[in-house]
Amino acid sequence: MDPESSRLLPALCAVLADPRLPEPDDTCLEKLLDWFRSLAAAGPSLRLLQEHPCLVELLRRSAEGPEPSRPVFAFSLRLAGVLSAQESCFHLLQAKLLPLLFGEQGAPGREAWMAPTVRSAWIQGLHSLAQHPGALGFLADLGAVDRLLTLQGDPSLFVVTAAGQLLVHVLGLALHNCGPPCGPPLDPQWPLLASSLLAQLEEALQPASTPQLLQALGVLTNAFTSCPAPWAPALWGRLRPAMTCLLEGQPLQAPHALGDLLLAVARSPEVVVDLGPWEMLALVLGRLEPSQGGQLALGVLQLPECPQALRAQAFGVLLQPLTCVLSTSTDAPGLQELPPSAVGGSASLDLLLASRSACVGLLCCALARLALLPPLPWRPSPWPQAFLLGAVVAVLRSCNGHVPISAAGGRLCAALVGCERVQRAALDLLGALAQDAGPPELVLEVCGVLLEHVDSPDSSPTVLKKAFQASLTWLPHADKKPHPCGLQVPAQLFLPELLQVLRKRLCSPSWEVRDSGLEFLTQAASLWAGQADFRQMLQASEVPPLARQLLRDPESYVRASAVIAVGQLSSGGLWAHPGDQQGSPLEGLLDMLDTDPDAFPRRAILQVLTAWLRDTHGPLAAHPEPLLARAFQAAGRDPDWEVRARGLELAREFLVQTLGRIGVPCPYVPTPLLDTPPADTQALHPACRTRLFEFVFPALFDYDRPVARAACELLLLLRAQTTTCATPPQAGDTPDPATVEAALHCWRTGEAGRPLGELVPQAVLAVLQALDLDDLRGTLADGSDHAEKSPLSLLQDMLAAAGAQGHNQVDCY
Amino acid sequence: MLDCGLDMTSTLNFLPLPLVQSPRLSNLPGWSLKDGSAFLDKELKECSGHVFVDSVPEFCLPETELIDLSTVDVILISNYHCMMALPYITEHTGFTGTVYATEPTVQIGRLLMEELVNFIERVPKAQSASLWKNKDIQRLLPSPLKDAVEVSTWRRCYSMQEVNSALSKIQLVGYSQKIELFGAVQVTPLSSGYALGSSNWIIQSHYEKVSYVSGSSLLTTHPQPMDQASLKNSDVLLLTGLTQIPTANPDGMVGEFCSNLALTVRNGGNVLVPCYPSGVIYDLLECLYQYIDSAGLSNIPFYFISPVANSSLEFSQIFAEWLCHNKQSKVYLPEPPFPHAELIQTNKLKHYPSIHGDFSNDFKQPCVVFTGHPSLRFGDVVHFMELWGKSSLNTVIFTEPDFSYLEALAPYQPLAMKCIYCPIDTRLNFIQVSKLLKEVQPLHVVCPEQYTQPPPTQSHRMDLMVDCQPPAMSYRRAEVLALPFKRRYEKIEIMPELADSLVPMEIKPGISLATVSAVLHTKDNKHILQPPPRPVQPTSGKKRKQRATDDIPDCKVLKPLLSGSIPVEQFVQTLEKHGFSDIKVEDTAKGHIVLLQEAETLIQIEEDSTHIICDNDEMLRVRLRDLVLKFLQKF
Repeated sequence: MDPESSRLLPALCAVLADPRLPEPDDTCLEKLLDWFRSLAAAGPSLRLLQEHPCLVELLRRSAEGPEPSRPVFAFSLRLAGVLSAQESCFHLLQAKLLPLLFGEQGAPGREAWMAPTVRSAWIQGLHSLAQHPGALGFLADLGAVDRLLTLQGDPSLFVVTAAGQLLVHVLGLALHNCGPPCGPPLDPQWPLLASSLLAQLEEALQPASTPQLLQALGVLTNAFTSCPAPWAPALWGRLRPAMTCLLEGQPLQAPHALGDLLLAVARSPEVVVDLGPWEMLALVLGRLEPSQGGQLALGVLQLPECPQALRAQAFGVLLQPLTCVLSTSTDAPGLQELPPSAVGGSASLDLLLASRSACVGLLCCALARLALLPPLPWRPSPWPQAFLLGAVVAVLRSCNGHVPISAAGGRLCAALVGCERVQRAALDLLGALAQDAGPPELVLEVCGVLLEHVDSPDSSPTVLKKAFQASLTWLPHADKKPHPCGLQVPAQLFLPELLQVLRKRLCSPSWEVRDSGLEFLTQAASLWAGQADFRQMLQASEVPPLARQLLRDPESYVRASAVIAVGQLSSGGLWAHPGDQQGSPLEGLLDMLDTDPDAFPRRAILQVLTAWLRDTHGPLAAHPEPLLARAFQAAGRDPDWEVRARGLELAREFLVQTLGRIGVPCPYVPTPLLDTPPADTQALHPACRTRLFEFVFPALFDYDRPVARAACELLLLLRAQTTTCATPPQAGDTPDPATVEAALHCWRTGEAGRPLGELVPQAVLAVLQALDLDDLRGTLADGSDHAEKSPLSLLQDMLAAAGAQGHNQVDCY
Repeated sequence: MLDCGLDMTSTLNFLPLPLVQSPRLSNLPGWSLKDGSAFLDKELKECSGHVFVDSVPEFCLPETELIDLSTVDVILISNYHCMMALPYITEHTGFTGTVYATEPTVQIGRLLMEELVNFIERVPKAQSASLWKNKDIQRLLPSPLKDAVEVSTWRRCYSMQEVNSALSKIQLVGYSQKIELFGAVQVTPLSSGYALGSSNWIIQSHYEKVSYVSGSSLLTTHPQPMDQASLKNSDVLLLTGLTQIPTANPDGMVGEFCSNLALTVRNGGNVLVPCYPSGVIYDLLECLYQYIDSAGLSNIPFYFISPVANSSLEFSQIFAEWLCHNKQSKVYLPEPPFPHAELIQTNKLKHYPSIHGDFSNDFKQPCVVFTGHPSLRFGDVVHFMELWGKSSLNTVIFTEPDFSYLEALAPYQPLAMKCIYCPIDTRLNFIQVSKLLKEVQPLHVVCPEQYTQPPPTQSHRMDLMVDCQPPAMSYRRAEVLALPFKRRYEKIEIMPELADSLVPMEIKPGISLATVSAVLHTKDNKHILQPPPRPVQPTSGKKRKQRATDDIPDCKVLKPLLSGSIPVEQFVQTLEKHGFSDIKVEDTAKGHIVLLQEAETLIQIEEDSTHIICDNDEMLRVRLRDLVLKFLQKF
């Protein structure tokens, strides 16, 4: 603690302990507690208490004195907990203060206990305190477990949650402290506190005790995740009879919480050797309605180790809504691949079609959960790809009003037609399913339905975007599926039509649609620019010139996306369309950088220029310097800080290329790795010709700190590269220090003068040497509010607030 | 009569009327029967496998056989599209009634009729085909001519004189205005949100309410929003004029329209939009106003060609009170409510009465042309179809839903230009109807049969039908339907002096009764109770006396009216007090029987009657009657 804070702390404690003064601000108390927490973490709390007896006095007055304000009392409880987390300090306070604060005559016995903040602080204080064996005895003496179990029924949700967490923590601490279990593996000797807690939780696991049942199941679920591994089998062994009894209850109580507990047990590797949790999970799954069992089924399927039969059962639950969908169609591919539990029958179908909202809700959940499965290495096997594709296609067709020839199909369609939620979920699943192909005829159907959604005027912008994304995944991926002729056959049919629709979409009056179209174009171009078929098809379409026209779109987001798309098309050499007479778009982009009134397109332009610069065959490869000079000049005077920051990225990339590798691109590596010899001053000439330093040096003093920091980092890297410069500058070439200082003054104040004239390498080096970049980096690393955020400032504010209040009171009377 | 629409799909069977001599159309081969008979080759021409009548187009009139239209007293018009047959009715059927419509409906309806007459009259055709209508010959013709219904009733277009005469019979009304029809019912137009001045109608008496919902829209376009609240508490809701394309969402269609328009123009092609001179065109122009800059179409000219183009564009700007709130508020700024004024000012939109004259001087390509008629059988559109049909760079975009675009295009085949179908029908779809019916909750819904079942081409689309409880009553062509309610009450007014003379007596808290002796005066379906005439002073003249008795209705001395109920227990006690003994009381289904065994008398007490049955003992009966009357109130 700094001396000034030490000096102010007693006065603050006195203010806090004085019940006559107004309540301090909650946020200040919270910050104060954070500060004490950091002090306790940094050193022994005992010393803190010894050096600042005012803290003990504050706790004492809270515990013994007249009723303090509730915020201060709550603060004291939490502070006592934070300080007592260290055993030495705990022993100091345990003798008298802790029982007075946490015991019967403490918080629970006071009127302040009515306030949820005080009850919550009591729990948090104990939670902070319960870090060592000594605390366990204290908690036992307090009868804390009983009170915590009572607080599980508290009207305040925060108190309930905190109480549950503390119970789990206490159980974990008790088990940790007594080491590995002794005695028979499934019936060991339990620590007293844990045994008493478990006994009460077991009692709550009775089918009749519904209110407590949910809370007990919640605590036990968390207990399994935090309990020491050796104790997990014993804990399961102890709970198993109560669980069995619970599962026999009619009707099944709290099925979701029960499922969560069983999943937590099943995730414990020590327990899964036992078949118990699997059997119980199967039982619970079997007793749940398909509409209720989805979440549990997903939990089961996400378990890496799980009996095949249970996995099939859970998969069946997730598939059942889709089976119903497919059963309305005359053509139902892949039904034979399904587990028996997936086949629902007419009752399930009736349930699905009971109401529009039920149908939509159930289908959305099922589709979203199934979309999580394909990437799992242990996904169900055999994977019913054909069935899933058929079902998703059927769902999407129904949403578009294409009805299967059956009465149920008509009802399903009436429920789903135009339903955007279902469309979104189904398209997500379709995208996830693209990692496997499927029967060719189904792939064609998938392409057809995707095209339908991309083309449909009724597709909302969100659905359209998802349809585009799914289309990207379904077009063959060059890296994954190399094909001697380039694109696969369905793509050869699909892509031209997709490009036709894209052409129309790029002319849509809705800017979201135009934007999604451009994003799709960018991604497609980046994925398949190297494929001859794609290049040919894209160039034969009118899409590239349309994308270029959108550089003049009135919507800034669209212009930004158009810039990225045009950049990607240029990188991929996709402009070479025989009819395209417009040449490279580079000039146009630089004009936009000067003139575009919105920041998004300007940022995008610098992003594209940086990408082009990295690409040795890109549009900037030939004669980049004049173009970069324009870019740096425009970035330097741009009013948007992000444009200036991206300009610095471009500058850095250019320096990397001209000076060699001056730093690794990873920003997390602390020191630059010099893998090339130090740069010659001659190497700085290209950068000087682009007037890069006229942009970077003033950026060092930018009012927007991210820009200044980026400039500082760039110059530090440059300095590291040039300090050991092999050819020291000639005396006559170097500008005198006064001129350098004048130049720095101009940059610092934003004045227009140029004392150094055109920056030549020698002048750049001189400025670099004149700058204390390390100090600047330190200054920039601090937040602009670092002074206001300091503990001293906090103490001063709190004292000033208390003093000001007091002063006013005097005035008033 | 509710509405008076004209079926113009009949014109699709005719060859287009070209404004400029069309060698292609002139040289179409005549059609001959299978047996080689060529007597119809002057009347019927063949084009790309389809047969067309080479004559002045004719229209299918409303049903005239079912009732004698001269007996129709009132025609209520919903919107300007639903009055196109008015001249046929008012001028040729002996109709002498009144037509009610709002002002924009009449003015824009006039424009539509004027345009129609102009389109037909400016291309006079010497030939008039009638042979093919012979039933024996019609049977031999290919579809769709063979299947055309009641071709003998088809008529040529009316004249401008007939239009003016018909329109002169219209009485203008405003929204929410209550119009008394012969004292029998009151009719009120309500905004239907579909077009400028479009209305739904409430037809109500004092105790019954029928709503006629026709051509309504819940979308936010230019007209005043639909008034739903006034449709509540209807006994019957007649529902018609739903969207013709329930699967096409107007927003999506407008997007398609703009996208395809931009694509064509960017490629150097021209866009032709066959349309009516009013209605959706206002919304399309507004949409394009916002879109053309973003799509880089600022330099592309937009032409609106119609004999009534100027009037239509100007009328739209002056009907401020009939517009949606946003547009109304613009008028107070003051700004023109529709942005097409700005398009005209900046020369981006130019309008011409026809392709002749100024247009041919100003015409630049590529361009976008809005012109009629959407059937592609007459009007300037025929010229553009002939002009641009051969190039695949050009596009025709259909936005009006009234005609099948494939049938409309049939006489232009083979056609190289692209065809885009973006029907924009803002009228209610079935989802909106369901919500509307849930909101207004009519007791009964009556609608055309077509709305109660999915469309034949999409027979499993259960969502494409009216879904309401109780199920809608449906009707089909020429079917007579009894509406499910009976008129049970009439409202009668009491003259103030008569009311003043009444002395009500409170028989229950809040309920007072009084007897009324009056003369019921009924005239024009209005009923008024007037005070009875004062008794005439006896005069000496016999003749006069005789006359007076003739005039005055019989005023018999009335027995007092009784009210109240007889509490049986108290009644029995009273009987006992009055010396009756051996009394038994039996409960019956309708009340009680009090049995006076000794007197051999029975008193039946029921809810609305009491009978004393005794054996010829009038004294006893009167005594008992008086005891009964003690429990009842008299007035």
